[in-house]
Amino acid sequence: MTGKLMQGDEACAEGAIAAGCRFFAGYPITPATDIAEVLARRLPQVGGKFIQMEDEIASMAAVIGASVGGAKAMTATSGPGFSLMQENIGYAAMAEIPCVVVDVQRAGPSTGLPTKPSQGDVMQSRWGTHGDHPIIVLSPSSVRETFDFTVRAFNMAEKYRTPVILLMDEMIGHMREKVELPSPEAIEVVERVSTSVPPEWYKAYENTPSDVPPMISFGQGYRYHITGLFHDERGFPTQRLDEIDPWIARVFRKIERNLRDILIYEADEIEDAEIVVIAYGATARSARHAVKQARARGYRVGFLRLGTLWPFPEEVVERAAERIHRVIVPEMNLGQLALEVERVVGRRKVMRVGKANGEMVTPQEVLDAIVRGVSAWL
Amino acid sequence: MSERYEVRLAGKGGQGMILAGIILAEAAILDGKNAAQTQSYGPEARGGASRSEVVISDGEIDYPKVTQADILLCMSQEACDRYFHDLKQHGLLIADAVHVERMPTSRAVVVPLTQWAEEATGRRITASVVALGFLAGLTGLVSRQAMEAAVRAHVPPGTEEINLRALAVGFEQAEQFIRSQSK
Repeated sequence: MTGKLMQGDEACAEGAIAAGCRFFAGYPITPATDIAEVLARRLPQVGGKFIQMEDEIASMAAVIGASVGGAKAMTATSGPGFSLMQENIGYAAMAEIPCVVVDVQRAGPSTGLPTKPSQGDVMQSRWGTHGDHPIIVLSPSSVRETFDFTVRAFNMAEKYRTPVILLMDEMIGHMREKVELPSPEAIEVVERVSTSVPPEWYKAYENTPSDVPPMISFGQGYRYHITGLFHDERGFPTQRLDEIDPWIARVFRKIERNLRDILIYEADEIEDAEIVVIAYGATARSARHAVKQARARGYRVGFLRLGTLWPFPEEVVERAAERIHRVIVPEMNLGQLALEVERVVGRRKVMRVGKANGEMVTPQEVLDAIVRGVSAWL
Repeated sequence: MSERYEVRLAGKGGQGMILAGIILAEAAILDGKNAAQTQSYGPEARGGASRSEVVISDGEIDYPKVTQADILLCMSQEACDRYFHDLKQHGLLIADAVHVERMPTSRAVVVPLTQWAEEATGRRITASVVALGFLAGLTGLVSRQAMEAAVRAHVPPGTEEINLRALAVGFEQAEQFIRSQSK
């Protein structure tokens, strides 16, 4: 038999195992609990550790600690729990600790609609923690892609020493569909950069040509300082501009110079389109359905599906919308990614199809927007 | 676009609608088809509206939810009132006579699923599996062999035999129903 029935949350857990994740700390919350349930069973089987913490603040702290100890580490949560994790996500960004945070979005704010899907955390995933910092956010559209993106999330976290957010939604997390997982040999697994310099030479935050300093786990005989304060190359607090500015420049540069690796997207029939639909996550499923229907009716509709939401793929969106008068952005919020699209292509080109009531954007709603969008300038 | 077949299983929390959806999707996959199963339910563990949706196709499934159902199973009055308008023009409505009194159409197939379950297994909870057997028997949407394997794979351990009996009752009643219609 090729392919089996699998849930999105389960695929996330299996992707984590495949990527080498050996530590999970979390606190149960619908619709992310299934990830913890699978990992509670699976991690001990592969020599990993699972721990249920007292809350999400502690969960995120434990994940950071495990990563510093050398383990690939992850947590999974949803809206209210994601809010609680923000402070420590900032700590991970400041201290450049690789980790993966899964947010299976449900309708909010607050406890909102626990069992209903949403894409309301798009901006929170970017700016939820205070201060300027780079972040990588991936959003899968299928069960198989959830597996793949979880692996990619770990790879990027380790490669660039950064927290990576896997921004799922209840629809993808709870959905079961037929999937065929890749064989273990076909999966690329990336390890964090290490070094063979002696302990007394090691600088945990050294400016290296790659912009990603080697990271040695605690307990290996290398002593260094980790702090949430701005720090020098050895990790000790500093207020010197000649140490702060290079750090800020480096952490942004290490992401920006690797956009080719980080940006995941799929462009379909953009070239001779008269209108383009830009979608992500579960809503991309509705959008694709609508795009097929519109094409069957003779509309020339391009489709751009974004897998990486942050850093926002500015050039990709810019190119897709270059010769086009209308861009439609359907999403399960009242226009969050649409704000970014508007910033890049101009406000007048963008039609938002937003919904924040816990229901999916339907193909019909996207199709209506396509029809309206095409006729608007004819 | 390849043919989509959309099934909505609706009732109350605790009736096993979501598990029924999982079983149906698994059976479709065992038959070599593509399937996606989604669900919608409230925060409560029992009571409240609960529904499961299964889209079956030979090709790729983009939108995983029901747009217009080919089959609607109603295990509560509320489900029937609420979802009938999403049924295709010549779609099949199966309603459990034990739970649904007011029918929105004279074309509904109204059968006592819960009563059959109680008689066959002594457990009302198996009504969802009886319904699956009846639905599959009536439509041929999935094979009986695949259904049996899917039931075995997904029901709680120790309840396999009871649930297979429930499934068999569903298939038998479907045969009888077809015979009674062709007279």
